[in-house]
Amino acid sequence: MTFLSYLISGISLGSIYAIIALGYTMVYGIAKMLNFAHGDVIMVGGYMSFMATTHFGWSPFSSVLFAMGVCTVLGILIEQLAYKPLRSAPSLAVLITAIGVSYFLQNAALLIWTPNPKSFSSVVPFDSLRLFDGQLIISGTTIVTIVACAIIIVTLNTIVNKTKIGKAMRAVSEDKDVAQLMGISVNKTISVTFAIGSALAAVAGVLLCSAYPILMPTTGAMPGIKAFTAAVFGGIGSIPGAFLGGILLGIIEILGKAYISTQLSDAIVFAVLIIILLVKPTGLLGKKVLVKV
Amino acid sequence: MLKVNSIHVFYGNIHAIKDVSFYVNEGEIVTLIGANGAGKSTILKTISGLIRPAVGTIEFLGESIVNLSPHKIVRKRLAHCPEGRRLFLQMSVKENLEMGAYTRDENDIEADMADVYQRFPILEERRNQLAASLSGGEQQMLAMGRAMMAKPSLLMLDEPSMGLAPILVEQIFDLIVELNEAGTTILLVEQNAQMALSIADRGYVLETGSIVTTGSCADLLNDERLKKAYLGG
Ligand SMILES: Nc1ncnc2c1ncn2[C@@H]1O[C@H](COP(=O)(O)OP(=O)(O)OP(=O)(O)O)[C@@H](O)[C@H]1O
Ligand SMILES: [Mg+2]
Repeated sequence: MTFLSYLISGISLGSIYAIIALGYTMVYGIAKMLNFAHGDVIMVGGYMSFMATTHFGWSPFSSVLFAMGVCTVLGILIEQLAYKPLRSAPSLAVLITAIGVSYFLQNAALLIWTPNPKSFSSVVPFDSLRLFDGQLIISGTTIVTIVACAIIIVTLNTIVNKTKIGKAMRAVSEDKDVAQLMGISVNKTISVTFAIGSALAAVAGVLLCSAYPILMPTTGAMPGIKAFTAAVFGGIGSIPGAFLGGILLGIIEILGKAYISTQLSDAIVFAVLIIILLVKPTGLLGKKVLVKV
Repeated sequence: MLKVNSIHVFYGNIHAIKDVSFYVNEGEIVTLIGANGAGKSTILKTISGLIRPAVGTIEFLGESIVNLSPHKIVRKRLAHCPEGRRLFLQMSVKENLEMGAYTRDENDIEADMADVYQRFPILEERRNQLAASLSGGEQQMLAMGRAMMAKPSLLMLDEPSMGLAPILVEQIFDLIVELNEAGTTILLVEQNAQMALSIADRGYVLETGSIVTTGSCADLLNDERLKKAYLGG
């Protein structure tokens, strides 16, 4: 029973990683860049929800929508101001800019909200679920996190495979020049991708703070790196890969904490990543890069 | 319909296109022929907006298009079917055709898709397969189909016969003539000069970035120098 309860916590934490990893992987797939500021958008999402509930007295649900709205705008702004001017610059320049944006967001948060941690109260109003005569207790937050992740993955899959903008995203990801020749605006497609990724980051931020209720300017940094790891683990650029990578990473982390060592759990996570990448350099579901003839 | 005026194109400091001017009238098939590296593809990319010329103007239907981005140029019904097919290999056959019609209203494309399928039944059979799974010939059919889905008034084709079996080459050229008869103006880039000149109205011969000869196809086919260089005798 304890194993089952660890497994469920792992899936729940993994769901959060998966939601973040989706943003990383989509932006990478379409704009071919690693948006290292993605983790910090999570933190902004957390603060927005926190402000909406504690300062404006809004309901938890509207606070989530508010956080999503703000982060969507933030994501588009970051892309327009920081990355778009570098569209044809070397990827190292883009990477350094992304790290700069990350520091900028963290320091702006320090200025606005101070380094003192805020205690976040969960946005999930449901009670815990008690199973097997109370031997297995699953918190409302855990359930909502897993359900939210499932809804997001299904919705995203539908968008990418069935809608016109989703097909445009896949076209841009495969061949930017030809996508333009079809009449697709690459800039608009990249903007939409950042918007979706950042809205997801807001959701992840709220869920993360609901599960681990301490909110600081650096709150997004570590989950951001882990989710990036998850995206690489699953195969960067692949949506199912980000999902699978996120869930597995969450499970490995929690089981590692429970059965091996709390201190070493992060080391275990990264060790698994290194092993997987040695065996399969493209990640679990990554595609081989097609060689153009 | 299309007027290219003294364009110069550079790749870094390589002067790839030097003072090229030519025009295409409505209803014509015009071909641009030349050896490897002459600059044919560069000219098409410049017209469709993927590359900017350093100097020169390009007018389409009386409007300058030289500063427009490629996705806006397509909306003027000027389509470019690039060299080497460049399909979306991770998308299905049907999705590739839909991408061809990206600028159009989704409700209008059914009939055109049926037309493509009727012409290339194999594409209908494979409509849900990934483009990557098609053979080279089938991929070229799909590339042509995708270009047709744009319903362009001017269609630029970059070496549509490249690497194809003779029978397929014939089928593709028949299709080009049919599209032209149905009202599509064609700018055709080819290394297969004989074939291109046999269907075109006029031709331009390109050598290392400059146009060296131009004329009606009948004249070009009889040009002694050209015969030696491109027509195998
Ligand atoms: N991206 C590029 N960067 C640098 N030089 C280039 C680039 N693309 C083409 N070139 C050069 O420009 C010249 C013209 O190339 P282009 O591809 O237009 O020729 P082409 O006539 O289409 O040849 P082919 O028949 O082989 O397709 C060549 O010398 C080529 O090496
Ligand atoms: Mg070429």
